[in-house]
Parts: sequence; C-alpha cells; structure tokens
Amino acid sequence: METAGAERTGRTAHEGHAGQQGQEAYADWDGLVGAALLGTERRRGGSPRALLDEAAVQTLRRRAGLRPAQAQERPEPAPRDPRPEPPEAARRRFTQLLAGRGAGGSGGRRGAAPDLTELLPQWLAAAVRHGYRAPAALAPALLDAAKARTDLRPHALALAGSRGLWLARLNPDWRFALRGGAAGTPELPGPEDREGVERLWQEGLFAERVALLGAVRAHDPAAATALLTTTWTAERAEDRLMFLDSLRVGLSDLDEPFLEAALGDRSRNVRATAAELLSALTGSALAGRMAERALACVGPEGIDPPTECDAGMLRDGVVKRPPAGRGERAWWLGQLVEAAPLSRWRERFGGLDPAAIVALPVGDGWAEELHAAWCRAAVRQRDPQWSKALLGSASAPPAAGPGTASLAERAKLLSVLPDGERAEWVAEFVRAHGLSEAFQLLGVCVVPWAGALGLAVVDALDAARQAGSYPWSFSGVMGLAERCLDPADASRLEALTRAPGDTVEVSPGAAAYWEEAFQRLASTLHLRATMLAELTPPS
Amino acid sequence: MTEQGVRWTAEQVLALAPDDASRKAGGKLGGAGPWSQTGGSASGAVWGLCKGSGKTPYRTVVDLTGPAYKCSCPSRKFPCKHALGLLLLWAAEGVGDPAPEPEWAGEWLAERAAKAARPAVAKPVDEEAARKRAERRAARIGAGVTELEQRLLDLLRGGLAGQEQAGYGAWEETAARMVDAQAPGLASRVRELATIPGCGPGWPARMLEEFALLHLLDQAWLGVSGLPEQLAATVRTRVGLAPSAEGEAVRDHWLVLSQYDSVSPDGRLITRRIWLRGLAGGRPALVLDFGPPGRPPGLALPVGLVLEAEVRFRPGSAGLRADLGERCAAAVPGGRAPVGVSAEAALEAYGAALREDPWLESWPVVLGPVVPVPGEWGWQLADLEGTSALPVPLAGPGGRSRSGLWQLAAVSGGGPVTVFGEVGHRGFTPLTAWQPDSPEPVALV
Repeated sequence: METAGAERTGRTAHEGHAGQQGQEAYADWDGLVGAALLGTERRRGGSPRALLDEAAVQTLRRRAGLRPAQAQERPEPAPRDPRPEPPEAARRRFTQLLAGRGAGGSGGRRGAAPDLTELLPQWLAAAVRHGYRAPAALAPALLDAAKARTDLRPHALALAGSRGLWLARLNPDWRFALRGGAAGTPELPGPEDREGVERLWQEGLFAERVALLGAVRAHDPAAATALLTTTWTAERAEDRLMFLDSLRVGLSDLDEPFLEAALGDRSRNVRATAAELLSALTGSALAGRMAERALACVGPEGIDPPTECDAGMLRDGVVKRPPAGRGERAWWLGQLVEAAPLSRWRERFGGLDPAAIVALPVGDGWAEELHAAWCRAAVRQRDPQWSKALLGSASAPPAAGPGTASLAERAKLLSVLPDGERAEWVAEFVRAHGLSEAFQLLGVCVVPWAGALGLAVVDALDAARQAGSYPWSFSGVMGLAERCLDPADASRLEALTRAPGDTVEVSPGAAAYWEEAFQRLASTLHLRATMLAELTPPS
Repeated sequence: MTEQGVRWTAEQVLALAPDDASRKAGGKLGGAGPWSQTGGSASGAVWGLCKGSGKTPYRTVVDLTGPAYKCSCPSRKFPCKHALGLLLLWAAEGVGDPAPEPEWAGEWLAERAAKAARPAVAKPVDEEAARKRAERRAARIGAGVTELEQRLLDLLRGGLAGQEQAGYGAWEETAARMVDAQAPGLASRVRELATIPGCGPGWPARMLEEFALLHLLDQAWLGVSGLPEQLAATVRTRVGLAPSAEGEAVRDHWLVLSQYDSVSPDGRLITRRIWLRGLAGGRPALVLDFGPPGRPPGLALPVGLVLEAEVRFRPGSAGLRADLGERCAAAVPGGRAPVGVSAEAALEAYGAALREDPWLESWPVVLGPVVPVPGEWGWQLADLEGTSALPVPLAGPGGRSRSGLWQLAAVSGGGPVTVFGEVGHRGFTPLTAWQPDSPEPVALV
C-alpha cells in the first residue's frame, strides 16, 4: 500500500476524527462522497462498482497515511505536592472504599457484610491526619465522592490537594472544589497583598469574597471588618446577612463596633443576626443592656415578664411579634434571657451556683420558658457549667430534667461539655434509658467512643436482644456504632455473636438476625482497625 | 512480596461472580469472621475453611492461575460465594506467607497440575465430511456476499442521501440475511452501518468508508483462493469463519498492558479484551474471553503482571489475536514501565498493520512521553514539544469513558506520561498510563 500520496495531502488524525474535509487536496475524496450522496445515476456515468473500488483505495490511503494533529495549548502543569502517597495496602483500601460508595443501600442494612460507605470518611480523616496526599489516579473518584457528599468535602479536598484543585479548574463538574474557602484556594490573594485583596473584594464573585473575608480575618480581624465597612451600605441585604454570618468563625470583642453599627441596619434579619452575635460576646454593651432587662424580670422574688417591647429592645434585636400560639410577654422574656450573659445570674440569685439556680422552683408556670431560654444561652455562650446544670442527671427521666426534655436541645447542650464528661453523661443515659432515645445524643460524642460509652452501647444492644427486639429497630444506632465504636471493643462483640441459643425465642428468628448484626458490627470494627493500621506510616 | 503473586483488587474478584446475588453473598464472606485455617502457596493457590450453617466448615480452594475453584459446598454456582469470599479476603488482607497446602487442598491442586501436563488427545476427524461441510458453508457465504454486494451497488446508484431517514429496519433485515448465510462477521458490519447516519455531521463520508471496506471484503472473499495465505486467513476471519489452521506459538514473558470489558449492544454478551506484550520479542497479542449471558468472562489478568507463558497466535488479522496457552508460573509484577513511541511512529505502526489487515480499526501502541490535553472540543495526547498530537475519540466505538480520561489527566497533572492504548483512524484510545517515576500502571477505567 502506498502511503506517500496520502501523506502529501497532509491529512491529520485530528481531521479524520472530526470528519473535517473541504480543502482542495481532498477533492478526490470529496468528489466520491458527493457522488455517493447523490447517486451514481446522476453523476459519474453510472458505475457504482467503480465508485466503491475507488473509495476502497482512498479509504485505505487515508487511514494508512494519517499524520499527527496540531497540538492544542497545554494546561499549566499542576504544582508539585510534596506529601507522600499512602502505603500500598492503604491505597488498595482507598480504591476499594471509593468503589464501594453507593454500592450499599439496596436491600436495607441487613447481612453480615461491613458497610464500606461509612468507613470512607474515617479513612479520609486518618489519611489527612498522617499528612498523606491522595494517589493521583484516585483524585477524580475522590472528587466525585466529595461532589455527592458534602460532609466528605473538607477532608477530600485536603487530601486531593493541589492536584485536586488543578483538576477542578479543568472540569466544571468539580467547580465546588474551587469554592472550598479555607480548604485552599490558591487564587485568593495573600492577606497582605492589599491591592489584590481590594480588587477581588470589589470585583470577585460572592463565594470568592466570602473566602477572601475569611482569609483576611484569619490574618487580621480588624482588617476584615474594615474591608466589610468599605462596601457595606452598597451590599444587598441577603449578602449582608451572609457576610455577617461568616463572622461567627473567630468571633471576638474586636468585632463589637461593627456589629453594634449593624444593629441599625435596614434589614430586620441583619439586625437580628447582629444582635445574636453581640449577645454571644458576653462583654458587649448589648449583652449588658439585655442583662439589665432580663435581671429586672427574673429574680429570687419571682418572674415578672416585660409588659411592652420598647424601641430599645427592638433596636437590640428583640422580635416583637410572637409566633402563633405564644403569648407576647413570654416571647419577649425568652429573648431577653437568651441574650443575657449567664454569669450575671449568680449575683442576682444571691451567689448561688448554676445548678442551684436551675433547681429553684419557678412560679406561675414560667419554668419551661425560663429554662428553655437558659438552654439557648448556654449553647450560644458555650458555657459548660450551665449546660451541665441544665442537663441535670442523665439517669433521671428526660421529662423530669431541669432544662429541656427535647433530645435535640439536650444534644446541643452536650456539645458544650468537655469530651470526657459528654461521653460519661451519654453512657449513663444509655444505661438508664436504653438506646431508643439515645441516637441524637450519641451523635455528638467524640469518635472513637470512650470505653465506658462503648460498653454501655454494646450492653444495651445485648439487652435489647435478650428482650426479644429485632435488630432493625436499632439500625440507626447500629450504623453509628459501626462508625464510632473503638475497634478494641470488637472482641466483646465477637463473644456476643456466639451467644448461646438456649434462651427462649421471644420473637421468631430474632436470634439469627442479631447474630448477623453483631457479626457485621464486629467485622466492620475489625476492618476499621486494619484500615487505620494500614495508614500508619512505616517507622 | 512473598505471597501468591500480586493480590487482585476487590473489583477483579467481584468481576468473577456469576450473578449479582453471588456478588453480594461473596461480599459478606469477604471478612476474616467466618474463615479459619486460611493459607496460600507460592505457586498461586489459596485455601481456607469457611463456617457455614452446618457443623463442618466448607473447604474452599482457588487456583489463582486459572482461576479455577473447588469448594465442598453444595452450591451449583460457579464460582460459589465461598470461593468469592476467600478471594476477597485474600485481596483485602492477604493470607500470609506461602505455606504447604493441607491435604484436602493438595489433592485437587495436584490433580489439576497433572491434567495440565497431559497433552489433550485429539479426536480423529472425518476429513472428508469436514471438507464437505466447509464447501457447503463457503457456498452459502458466497451467496450472501453476492447479495450484499448487490445491495450496496443499488444503494449507491440511487444515492445515500435518503439514508438519514431510512432507519434501522432495512439494515437489520440485511444483517439477518448475513446470519442466515453463516457470515456473522458481515452481519455485524452491516448492523454498524445502520448507526452511522445518526452520528452527526460527516456521516456520509463515514458511510462511504464503511461501504468501501465492506465492498473490499466482499471482493476479497470472492477471490479468496487467489490471495496470499495470511491475507486469505484475515478475510476468512473477518467474514466470520473460525480459524482453520493452528497458529504460531510464542513463548515469552508477557506483560499485561490492559484488560477491559465491553458489552454487546443487546447486553447479552460480555467481551473481555486483554492486551499482552512479549517482553523479549516485543510482539503484541490480543486475548479475548467471552462471558455467556449474565456471566462475566473467567479469565482475569490484572494490568502490570508478567506471566511466563506460551501464546498461540491465530492466523490472519495482522497477527494480533492470540490464545493463552500453558502458563509456566504464577504471574509476578512487571517491575517497570514500557518505553513509548512518538505519535508519528504510532500512526505508522497502524498504517503498516493495515497492509496485513485492511479492515483493522486500531493497533496497540505504547505512546510516550506525552501530555494529555483536555479540550472543550476533544482531548489530545501531545508530544513534549507541543507540536504534534493524537486526538482521543470521546464517543462512538472505541471511545473511553470520561472518568478514564480524567484519571489520565489526574495521573499526568499536566506533565508527561507513558500511555498504552489503541491507535486507529479515529484517534488514540488510552487504556493504561504510567507516571514518569513509577513502574506501577494505572488502568484507566
């Protein structure tokens, strides 16, 4: 076959791919295609066979004589990531976990196989902790996983590092990675590059500006609020609200003047958010004003809620109209107490400590309102002493607690306690009340669960089994346990999987289901232990 | 590594499962929980006892070189969930250093070894009857070819312009006639024709190319007795006849360059393509394995492994198609990346191969160093000077999944990589990549 002729035509692989023709040199081939379209009866003197013969020769000449295409502009190379890749076994595991995501789910959470989906976040966290980078070939799958699950993003992006951002700039599917804020946006100017900061602040997209604000704030809080002030009045109300919201991170007394000014904002939502932030700054003037008002209503002598919502209260963010079904006075009282610094109650109640104050009887049915407001204040001011007082005893029936019977509220209060106390409190709760109510509370405990907490959960599961329940009544807790139990607890579980079958079967088949459930739990823990060991750097 | 060769990935194991239920059941047994006395040999076998519902545990052995399975469970599925579970366990955690096998596993393994050593006894053939059968079939194919040729000529006489509206029906009928004529190769080419008008601008040129190549095949068949032996064999294979002669056997250390599956348009047949390259001889080989409906192919060769084996090449088809013969030892990791060629040389190799098989769609090459260039209109693999490049087909036959391309981009990070793939008239389809400083191949899925 002669290729030189085709080479002279300069036909390139690229053109072949895109099916472009039309230059003079292809006149022959184009002529053939034209004749084929119109039909040989109308052109070429009616010999379809001659047309096919010619086309066969041309086709092969075109194929055999292909030349490389002109190269397009190349992307900038990705910056080098100096971090090491994880060890081989960990890389295999990672591949498996990424491939396994989304594979579960069908048929519910039955069977003894470990649930890989839940292990991925832990793998990511551990890998970041050890300072590894994601193997390059797995970066796309990692970005896909992070796209689907926002909870994975911070760790996934940290692991993917500069290679991940490089990919995200090329593929619109992964744009979210560029909005990562603190996770690393190399396009942001350095906080000291005043001109760059100024330009991006004036011209940037909203997300870029939020990220910029965060970066500047981390470097110099005063500079951040100064930057905000330059354009504040020109921002749209919803943007003002979002900017204000971003001040929650690293909130300090330095922010008070800015927030105080925002109390006069045109938008009610902005005013309310500014007031809320100021009340979290217990030394702020607003907190002081609210304390004045609250202390006037609540004291050892009883409760006397405000009778009106005056202009001062309005300016300090008190919302005048109560939601449907609530009395005005109770609504105002709640807002005042919630915003008042908790430290001020000690003197008001003659030196009593929080537990004693909370334990005092409250007259005229105001107890629920007052305690709920104290709960919100404890969470907002991150006050562990008050949180503990409001949580009360874990073993008492929830409804009898001093603070709130709501598990969501209690979970919030728990999150203010130090790790150890939190685990202890929840362990005691589980021992007293079992697992059916404990899900939300377990969710705020630090992973892996402390020994006593893990023990309480496993014991409670065992008790549920003996009582004849089915394991799927506890599927939520089971899932949590797979993620959170210390792998060291696996041996205890393995003993349970071999529990003797001599007990009377209260519920048909339950024993077998429990055995399977415990087996899955044990094998997940085993897998987690192996997985974490694989990530440990060889020393 | 001191274990049973390179461990497979979980996907490789799960690809062996006969159905979805087995995949799930195998997955459940993939942890250490139910297993005891697991172990493996250096020659590539793993075994273990799996606790089931009964008193005696099941005895499961897998010969990784096959792979072949043996299990004392009553399941008729093959491989059974225990074999899958054992392989998953091995894939995830390994089964430790090589050890002598227990008696129950040893018996079966020894039996297999003995069987492999025995040469297959050829059945006596009734040559006269076979010749008659071949003649009859040749006559039927000849009639089919003549009919097809007539149809092509008729269409060209009236013009292809109406084909955009013609739909699949007419081609489907012609394809059925080719099946009746016992020419499955022609039938599938005809079926392809039906899809061309739907693939966008430039379809008339593509259609004419396919017409021309079909015409060439028709003519070649009609004159097959006058062709040189290799080309005649190619023509017979392309029409759809099984090879008649034994091909050349080549013994070498074969590097597995790629393994990927494709599913037939009706979803019934899975074709696994495995690309090998002889490390000493440099010869490429394509090993195909097929999975019957609902079952994946049995042959699994992870990319990057090197196996010492005899490969038997089928006659014709540019000497690519091959069958894997006797394997001499368990596969081991390859150790280094192959050396790549330029875009120019890759296209030349394809052009040269067309001489032996004008119907060849693509040719396997290792390309590199090249830089993948993602582009809005299409991807390229460009040389380091940034002058010449090969386009990457994004859709249509041979087009790879987008995720594989992004993996390629991720591996390169804008820098040079070595890429194995198939180069043809549509461009270069990347299948496996190597980073500059790593011998470890990345299969682009």
